[in-house]
Amino acid sequence: MSWGYTINRARDIDMDRNDMTISKLILEKIPSLQGCIACGACVATCSTGALTKYSLRKVHTLVRRGEYSGLLDELNKCMLCGKCQLVCPRGINTRAVISLIKRELGDHR
Amino acid sequence: MNKEVIIIGGGVAGMQCAISLAEMGVKPTIIEKSDKLGGKLNDWYKLFPTFTSASEVLNPLKDMINELGVDVKLSSEVTKLEPKSVTLADGTTMSADAIVICSGFEVFDARLKEEYGYKIYDNVITSVDLERMFCEGSVQNLDKNSPSRIAILHCVGSRDEKVCQTHCSRVCCVAGVKQAIELKELYPKSEIFNFYMDIRMFGCGYEELYKEAQIKHNIHFVRGRISEAAQTIDSKIQIKSEDTLIGRPLKMTVDLLVLMVGMSAGKSNNSFATTDGINLNTSGFISPKNIFTECVSSDVDSIFYAGTVTAPKNIGESITEGVAAAHKVAKFIKL
Ligand SMILES: Cc1cc2nc3c(=O)[nH]c(=O)nc-3n(C[C@H](O)[C@H](O)[C@H](O)COP(=O)(O)OP(=O)(O)OC[C@H]3O[C@@H](n4cnc5c(N)ncnc54)[C@H](O)[C@@H]3O)c2cc1C
Ligand code: SF4
Repeated sequence: MSWGYTINRARDIDMDRNDMTISKLILEKIPSLQGCIACGACVATCSTGALTKYSLRKVHTLVRRGEYSGLLDELNKCMLCGKCQLVCPRGINTRAVISLIKRELGDHR
Repeated sequence: MNKEVIIIGGGVAGMQCAISLAEMGVKPTIIEKSDKLGGKLNDWYKLFPTFTSASEVLNPLKDMINELGVDVKLSSEVTKLEPKSVTLADGTTMSADAIVICSGFEVFDARLKEEYGYKIYDNVITSVDLERMFCEGSVQNLDKNSPSRIAILHCVGSRDEKVCQTHCSRVCCVAGVKQAIELKELYPKSEIFNFYMDIRMFGCGYEELYKEAQIKHNIHFVRGRISEAAQTIDSKIQIKSEDTLIGRPLKMTVDLLVLMVGMSAGKSNNSFATTDGINLNTSGFISPKNIFTECVSSDVDSIFYAGTVTAPKNIGESITEGVAAAHKVAKFIKL
């Protein structure tokens, strides 16, 4: 019998519970990602972002908080054109970041 | 040369102003309310951006003051200002040909932001407490051998209309980055999260320090202002904020919450501003005659300013204004 009610999951990012293993591994492999100042230039220049909600800034920030769910699908929207890498003022190798996150989250397996 | 110049406040700005005047042949008198020269630098451990110890900046200034024979009146507070005289708390009046106000700033009282629980919860401290703990060599509740989580909250008592502090205190961003690095070096197993609204690295070498904190020390930066802190049953602190970059609420439990307290206007500013020609800005700092070309002058010919009495500044800027004010004074008294 369904009454049409559900229990809402809490929306908070629970830093006391999230598993940071993959997050830590990614930062260890590409420490320059730690230097992101969240300026948004990558998002601003992104062709995919112009047509979808895809945001590299958001995706890698989610990774840094241990929130991985749905990210693989997001990253699969990227065409790896590399414009973000051209504009990044902190010189982050964004394409390497994208490939690494995809690999660590289970793509290419 | 028997012109009298009074300098109110013996922080770095006042000390430098006295030194520059003495070098030009004037014998100024510094009137300092506390029992020693140096102002806030007496309470700082190491300085951004170079981790130079504060005494390395203070001692040469003190030596110069002694060598040049500058008159220093300690434990004397100026309570009243006239264009050509000052009155001290004990009622004495001293006259002068020129007066330089170098009475500095006050540290913001974090108890006013009650939601952060300063002086209510044991493990909420301020950046000023942390400087004292660094001087003492250890930080409360942190253990070198076990991992701990520390949150540093920027902009406490800055950019906050709720506590009448509309200004940016400028130095706390870089001080927060400096303290994060110092904490990480003292407690290498700790994880440090700086909660910020904007990171403002205005000075030479500051941006580089920020990058060093990110790359070398893996300090985490979260863009969001903590909305409240609460004590858990085991005396940890649970904080709530929004991770604005993700657009979702965030909560986390930390062993220590450090509040980066901002610079508030000096307590004496209100009484000084009863003199015609001395005006305060919205946050209570004294407004100079012209912020571009006359930043150490007032609308009273004989009264000048140097340092943080007019706005938040770092040490270098405060000292530079000490030199500039001395130059203006010398011209005014027709040296
Ligand atoms: C947490 C923190 C850390 C900081 N760390 C750094 C750093 O690492 N590097 C850096 O460049 N800057 C730093 N700063 C900024 C630095 O403290 C200031 O630039 C500097 O103290 C300004 O000097 P000042 O002489 O203008 O004022 P103050 O240091 O405030 O000195 C003013 C003096 O005037 C006296 N006085 C006040 N009223 C009266 C009165 N009515 N009569 C007589 N005397 C009076 C006071 O007792 C005091 O001695 C920091 C600031 C904060 C808040
Ligand atoms: S310096 Fe940074 S922390 Fe301090 S008030 Fe300005 S923005 Fe806030």
